[in-house]
Amino acid sequence: MASATTTKGAAGRGTLNSVLFYVFLVSFVLVSVFPLLWIFKMSIVTKTELFASPPTILPQTPTSESYGTIFGDPVFQQALVNSTIISSVTTVICLFFGSITAYAIARLRFRFKGTVMTLILAISFFPAVAIIAPLFIQFAQVGLIDTYASVIITDTVFALPLTIWLLVAFFRELPVDLEDAAKVDGATTIQAFRKVIVPLAAPGVFTTAILTFIHAWNEFLFANTFLLEPAKQPVTVAIPNFATVYTVDYGAQAAAAVVVTVPLVILVLIFQRRIVSGLTAGAVKG
Amino acid sequence: MKKGVSVASASTEKKGRGWFKEEFGNPERRTAYYMVLPSLLIIVLVAFFPILYGIALSLTDSTISGFGSFIGFENYTDMFQDSDFGEGLYNTVIFTVVSVALEFFIGLGIALAINRAFRGRGLVRAAVLVPWAFPTVIAAVMWRLMFQSQVGIVQYVADTLGIISEPILSSRTLLLIGVILVDVWKTTPFVALLLLAGLQVIPGEVYEAARVDGANWMQRFFRITLPLLKGAILVAVLFRTLDAYRVYDLFWVLGNRELASLSTYVYEGVRISQLQFGPGNAAAVFIFVTAFLIALFFIRVLGMRTSVEEE
Repeated sequence: MASATTTKGAAGRGTLNSVLFYVFLVSFVLVSVFPLLWIFKMSIVTKTELFASPPTILPQTPTSESYGTIFGDPVFQQALVNSTIISSVTTVICLFFGSITAYAIARLRFRFKGTVMTLILAISFFPAVAIIAPLFIQFAQVGLIDTYASVIITDTVFALPLTIWLLVAFFRELPVDLEDAAKVDGATTIQAFRKVIVPLAAPGVFTTAILTFIHAWNEFLFANTFLLEPAKQPVTVAIPNFATVYTVDYGAQAAAAVVVTVPLVILVLIFQRRIVSGLTAGAVKG
Repeated sequence: MKKGVSVASASTEKKGRGWFKEEFGNPERRTAYYMVLPSLLIIVLVAFFPILYGIALSLTDSTISGFGSFIGFENYTDMFQDSDFGEGLYNTVIFTVVSVALEFFIGLGIALAINRAFRGRGLVRAAVLVPWAFPTVIAAVMWRLMFQSQVGIVQYVADTLGIISEPILSSRTLLLIGVILVDVWKTTPFVALLLLAGLQVIPGEVYEAARVDGANWMQRFFRITLPLLKGAILVAVLFRTLDAYRVYDLFWVLGNRELASLSTYVYEGVRISQLQFGPGNAAAVFIFVTAFLIALFFIRVLGMRTSVEEE
């Protein structure tokens, strides 16, 4: 943000430039949010209005009918519950393993640190589709198909690199002196981690939790592979199927899409500053 | 990886297996290994072991329910002769090249434009994150509704302007263009954000100095901005390339299972059709190996530095 000085010289160029700049900004913002607004509009209009040609720009007679349909659907209710369980458990497990590993990487010295980090990073480049068949066979052998555990295990592995990466960046920003002081006072490495680092790192850990949760909430491939029974499927699997359930009820499809997206959008808007710094942490240091 | 830090132990270090003693004799280092072990173990168990198993499967006539006998590279020759695989490969390559190129150039333009102090910065950052936070599948469902021929706004506008004459969802070419546009919509902001972060760490004085020396806009961009941004660019482009290359959700949902990518070919083979299990597994290994080569190319040939060896 300090780079404002570089553009100071151009300020004399007058208002035309800044008008153009704001036109550009407004169109950029509009393109980004338009689909969400439009789908929201589709979800609150009547069926007649939905099929009107030419389409109306603003909703004429708002109705909550589509939301009634979707919330009255037990499959959708169950899918929301399933997504919440899968994402929450994945987040907790990732934070537990991730914070321990990230602390060792950020703070402790050991010979194979580079190898360890390369292995972890390799997972974020890993094409998940390459292992669905072997995992399906293995999960079937131990009876994990159609259980939350199958998706939680795979989601955990693929979210871990993100969790570890973010936590390493956050841990590195914390002052080392405090831990050293704790160790001088007789604390072990583990105690220094639990009593000093964890509370101090809380904001960073919280941001990591949000991003891990979003990652798990958005996962589709594993859920679509291991969860065949509708009662176990998360929203990402259930909603595309609505296209065949509510064949022409496009309003209900739109409402379902809005319901599962809006919480994420709100979460992201509240914590945007932190999320941006978390997401870009790894990229600029390289 | 760091040398010369632990002076005391370094002086007693011997050749050969001395490092083993040094690593595991030192309580702090031993603790470090205990701390990274659980994560590594699940990663190896759930990702690296299955890929070996997958390679084995691809060399046999196995089915989803039983391990078969060794048949060499038959599955691979079947796969390469399968026109569906060819179509998936073609679509994936087009999708990856076009969408990543668009995302990079538009993203760079946006990053350069908003790399300054202005009113409404927060609003722009928020807008950037909206498409990013969308579950890809839900984005696909939404855009499918907008491409729809009865109620879809995109179809309506395109019809009215006379750009296209057929329903978007029933033409594979238009669908491919559609998934590219949706991907560009969803990920360009994120690329812009990464590049912006890279721009912000370039010190302003460098530009001042260049200006004093009489460098013009073009020179400043090509001689300063691009070289200093190289790290961030490579990270963004590599991440996006590998992400686009393994695309599954967008094709499967937006194309309603009719638009093939490499990943949908694998999924179709190993999860839907009983007869295509072998070629499906071969394609799974194909994706893994080619993705690995792409990553290797970025790291070795283009000299990308991961932040592994920082500080």
